[in-house]
Amino acid sequence: MTDETANLAFARAQMAEALAPPAPTTGTLAWVRQNLFGGWFSTLMTLASLYLIWLIVPPVVRFLLIDAVWDGAGRDDCLAEKVGREVGACWPFIGAKLPQLVYGFYPPDQYWRVNLTLALGAALLAPLLIPRAPYKAANAVVFFGVFPVVAFFLLVGGVLGLEHVETRAWGGLLVTLVVSVTGIVASLPLGILLALGRRSQLPVIRTLSVIFIEFWRGVPLITVLFFATYMLPLFLPANWTIDALLRALVGVALFSAAYMAEVVRGGLQAIPKGQYEGAMALGIGYWRMMGLIVLPQVLKLVIPGIVNNFIGLFKDTSLVMVVSILDLLGQLRATFSDASWATPVTLFTGFAFTGLIYFAFCFGMSRYSLFIERRLNTAHRR
Amino acid sequence: MTSETRPARVAFYNDPRLRGLFYQTLLFAVVLWLGYEFVINARDNLRAAKIATGFGFLDNTAGFGINQTLIPYTESDTYGRVFVVGLLNTLLVAVIGIVLATILGFVVGISRLSSNWLLQRIAGAYVELIRNLPLLFQILFWYLAVLGALPGPRQSISLMGEVFINNRGLFLPQPVFDAGSGVVAAAFAAGVLASIAVGTWARRRREATGRPFPVLWTTLALIFGLTILALIATGFPISFDKPVLRGFNFAGGARVIPEFVALLVALTTYTAAFIAEIVRAGILAVSHGQTEAAYSLGLRRGQTLRLVVIPQALRVIIPPLTSQYLNLTKNSSLAVGIGYPDLVAVFAGTTLNQTGQAIEIIAITMAVYLVISLVTSLLMNWYNARTRLVER
Repeated sequence: MTDETANLAFARAQMAEALAPPAPTTGTLAWVRQNLFGGWFSTLMTLASLYLIWLIVPPVVRFLLIDAVWDGAGRDDCLAEKVGREVGACWPFIGAKLPQLVYGFYPPDQYWRVNLTLALGAALLAPLLIPRAPYKAANAVVFFGVFPVVAFFLLVGGVLGLEHVETRAWGGLLVTLVVSVTGIVASLPLGILLALGRRSQLPVIRTLSVIFIEFWRGVPLITVLFFATYMLPLFLPANWTIDALLRALVGVALFSAAYMAEVVRGGLQAIPKGQYEGAMALGIGYWRMMGLIVLPQVLKLVIPGIVNNFIGLFKDTSLVMVVSILDLLGQLRATFSDASWATPVTLFTGFAFTGLIYFAFCFGMSRYSLFIERRLNTAHRR
Repeated sequence: MTSETRPARVAFYNDPRLRGLFYQTLLFAVVLWLGYEFVINARDNLRAAKIATGFGFLDNTAGFGINQTLIPYTESDTYGRVFVVGLLNTLLVAVIGIVLATILGFVVGISRLSSNWLLQRIAGAYVELIRNLPLLFQILFWYLAVLGALPGPRQSISLMGEVFINNRGLFLPQPVFDAGSGVVAAAFAAGVLASIAVGTWARRRREATGRPFPVLWTTLALIFGLTILALIATGFPISFDKPVLRGFNFAGGARVIPEFVALLVALTTYTAAFIAEIVRAGILAVSHGQTEAAYSLGLRRGQTLRLVVIPQALRVIIPPLTSQYLNLTKNSSLAVGIGYPDLVAVFAGTTLNQTGQAIEIIAITMAVYLVISLVTSLLMNWYNARTRLVER
């Protein structure tokens, strides 16, 4: 009996072979294995992605920087046959056309007026966008109330010895900014009124607001611009002549007001009912309730929505080209018809430059909207 | 100081009911007055400019050509027919664009959630780049820069010797249906019907017994197998008319005009970027607990996605997706920028310039888009009501 138990081995007599160390779960190599080669499908996707990058990035960099022509005076400097090498972007073309792309046909000796307006706008807008800057209310009043008037007289002229400049001469980035800023400044109050109207208890006001909003949201902006350009003059007395740019602005403002109304309505619905009831219990009337209690909360909530709307409007301003108002994109297209710069790379150069401008504006605004969204979200963050 | 309550005396102009009535009457009167002014002014202006009114112009001869028509059209046809041609062209680019944008959008949206870091970044870069450039900019880029840089017909880029791309457009082989192709079509239809039946039966059986059935493979086998069998049995009645280079251009085959290609590519890539964001948000909206629960029940990754996550995500995805479809349809009007003959270009553009009847033409054009919008939102409301979460 003792012999049998002695032969039974319940415990190991010698040490087990050491296992290989587990695959590292931290560090670069582990990260690469997890995020780039986690399985055959992921590996395949990584390889495909690398191929795609190799296909796109080197040619673009070569075109924009390495092969690019940096100085020259005409098309000969950007022609591969004349230069005797591979030719990328033709930057002298942009240099020559920059005034046209920014100011359109604004008289060159008056460029300072445009520059001053843009600088003034930027100086007023910056503190409005920085959350910590003081005097928000005063700043907003100046930006939305005083600045448009100053900008109008500065750009149009005809007063205080300023030379009168027809809006037909305006163009380029100037028109893009004028149309989008006017659109947003005009559509904000109109949109708020429409949103209030849509939530109103008075049936006639509600119905009219709904019809107005749904009508403009249901049609493409191009038809709105056609409407403003061809149809609106017919509806007005014969002796009223409206400037072409102003007509387009009216169309853009009405169109974006409808979208703005929906953004504001979203904010109105997000305010708890207690806020309204509290205000009513204190005996505050409708307009003061809205102006002092509800709207301040709503507008703060819908800032990201407004900025997104603005991005859309900024991009949509390019459509005014269709009714022969030459904004940045329209001027770009006009520069292509200049035979003294016609080369195979001119088109790509022009699109690259203009694309960078549009991208810088839109991307900047979308980042700002994200920043505000995060700031407003602090209470819910865990 | 008595405790009995008397109705507070309020001046009549402070009575909210009367005040509401007053404001509404005022607004209504203003709107009516504006409408009256518009009508009177329009009448006077039209009379002064000697522009005809009414919809009689729809029966007049148009007298201009259109380079892409889905129905037979000649220069001697009427403006009414121009309207139909334009509308069909709009619908064509919208429908194809919606299908392609949905596919691309879902691929990019799911890629953005991929565990593969590189893929996720590329999808993100695509979305950011496309969403931050104006659509008209992209349409012009594709049309002027990319398609404009294509070689002429003699140096066409050829794909397998069947499809040719050059600056005159895209040339494809056109199928020609000979006698007997009806049988093939019938076989295809039978395959589709049988697949639907199998799918229904398999779902019933799975719900009753829990046993799965390989629906996908059966469906593919049914549809393709039946069609190919019918093709062999009837001796391949479908042939292709291939494009051939004759002189300076291609003859035969089907030609897709470059305007259509540029518009379609731009609309598809642009809308897909927005759809990708919607898909991403929709999938993220399904709580992670659902995925974990599915895994703990033993479902595989693909099954979890297909049976648990996507059906719930669709409820969040569909409404904004529809509005993207509407946007795509409305954005197809940018065709006017490159001369694709859509509704706005041929009707609100050329026809308006020729007849000068701005009011009627713009009203018709706007009405078309409004009808499309309203019908879609009605369908949407119906769908929303049907798929709403039934809470107990």
